[in-house]
Amino acid sequence: MTSASAERRAGKRTDRGAWFLVLPALIPILVLSVGPLLYGIALAFTDSQAGRTAPTQWIGTLNFRDLLKDTLFWDSFGIGLIWAVGVTVPQFLLGLGLALLLNEKLRLRWLARALAIVPWAMPEVVVGIMWRLVYNPDAGILNETIRDLGLGDGRDWLTGLGTALPAVIIVGIWAGMPQTTVTLLAGLQNTPHELHEAAALDGAGAWRRFWTVTWPAVKPIALAISALNFIWNFNAFALVYVLTNGGPGGRTRLPMLFAYEEAFRYGQFGYAAAMGCVMVAVISVLLAVYLVNRIRGGEAR
Amino acid sequence: MNKTSSLARAGQYLALLGYLVFLVFPFLWLISTAFKPARELGSLHPTWIPQNPTLDNFRQAFDEQPLLQAAANSLIAACCAAVISISIATPMAYVMARHRSRLSTAATGWVVISQAFPFVLVIIPLFLVLKNLRLINTLSGLVLVYVVWSLPFALWMLAGYVRAVPIELEEAAAVDGAGRLRTLVSVTGPLLAPGIAATALFAFITAWNEFFFALVLLKTPEKQTLPVVLTHFLGAEGVADLGPLAAAAFLATLPSLVIFALIQRRITGGMLAGAVKS
Repeated sequence: MTSASAERRAGKRTDRGAWFLVLPALIPILVLSVGPLLYGIALAFTDSQAGRTAPTQWIGTLNFRDLLKDTLFWDSFGIGLIWAVGVTVPQFLLGLGLALLLNEKLRLRWLARALAIVPWAMPEVVVGIMWRLVYNPDAGILNETIRDLGLGDGRDWLTGLGTALPAVIIVGIWAGMPQTTVTLLAGLQNTPHELHEAAALDGAGAWRRFWTVTWPAVKPIALAISALNFIWNFNAFALVYVLTNGGPGGRTRLPMLFAYEEAFRYGQFGYAAAMGCVMVAVISVLLAVYLVNRIRGGEAR
Repeated sequence: MNKTSSLARAGQYLALLGYLVFLVFPFLWLISTAFKPARELGSLHPTWIPQNPTLDNFRQAFDEQPLLQAAANSLIAACCAAVISISIATPMAYVMARHRSRLSTAATGWVVISQAFPFVLVIIPLFLVLKNLRLINTLSGLVLVYVVWSLPFALWMLAGYVRAVPIELEEAAAVDGAGRLRTLVSVTGPLLAPGIAATALFAFITAWNEFFFALVLLKTPEKQTLPVVLTHFLGAEGVADLGPLAAAAFLATLPSLVIFALIQRRITGGMLAGAVKS
């Protein structure tokens, strides 16, 4: 037997072995994830409804044309964008600042790192409940603090037309900041310390050291976590469902809340699926940014 | 390097303190509310520390809602989801990490894309399919969804852990005459074990905390998981019984907090590897 044929046989065995290893996960993925996703997109072109006895009809782009005229949906879409930007940007800026801080040799940093786990590990439903207790107009600590400081009587933050969205955005920041921070911190700690010292010896100030040494090193992680954060935030549901359930007057009705109600309260499956498709379209743009960045990062390695 | 001025240091400590306050105060308030008697909760001037701490809220929480049943449901769903998804994800993650083929590229791409699904687009068809299979309002149906939902992340983390095992070790074992399976089980396996455990625990926590799928798929209170049952405390008009609500919410958090404290470092490492390396 020549060594070439032996190699070929080994190669074949590896490939067959690889398929055998992949199938247990691949089948559920195709059946329960890729399949439903395609089915969901198809549903957007039908008049599928809950509890309908007549067979579901193919109605082409009618759902999308209706959606285009649905001002409530576009209001919700706008709120979703404001919420996603309003949460993602502070998450990143505060997270980066804090990561830089925790990368310094400060006394309390172990405590900050240990406690960063709390919001990250909490069920979103509990985070929502917890902040409802904080925002509670009478028994909440926020208004009591405001009263103690002599700043007035406080207000009902979650039901005020002007305060509801900012109030839930703050909760969103609180819930997502630790993960951003810890990820960025891990990135910072992978950057070699010697570079910093060399730059400092060359007389570079803190600001210059950040832009020339630190930022280039954490940039791929920073872009990745921000793109993912934006996508996750845009798709958020549980937090706002518990905090305001979309109220007051739809001021916090994120697209996911809207689509959920449309599908599971009013039974409009086709229409809700169309909403999902529009959300995917927006997210795809960001996902493309992330993927391009990831591939470039891979090439640099 | 150590020439940070004392003024800058003071600023740093101030910022750190501000963060710690922002981070901790809602959680302390939750705990404080959970241990307050009804009289103090009704007071117009709430205090940080309960004057007469009590366990009444916990007792009342268990009386008002089927919390034990809900916790058992959550536990079953999360354990099954974690065990099943890890057992099927580990082999595939190994292939993704070790074989450069079109399949593993596609798998990696899918892992990233699946992070971006708006769940509503997936849950409507799943709801219809599970309904036809009579799996609505069953834990089995929920577990099925959880397995697939936690797979991408499990694959992502596990592939990172596999890459961290030097391939030379496997080659050395092969040279020594160990078969492929033998190499995997006796060389790679033990080195992967901590990563597999961390990933399994993470899958457990995500399922334990999950709300949206459970809300859609579970209809009756005796089938519902803890997060769904917690929302029943909020009442129809959002008028809540604050004490029991806080007590139940606090209890629901404890398992994830404990597990997360144990594996947090590994998760960060696994995510980082998955997010930046290809």
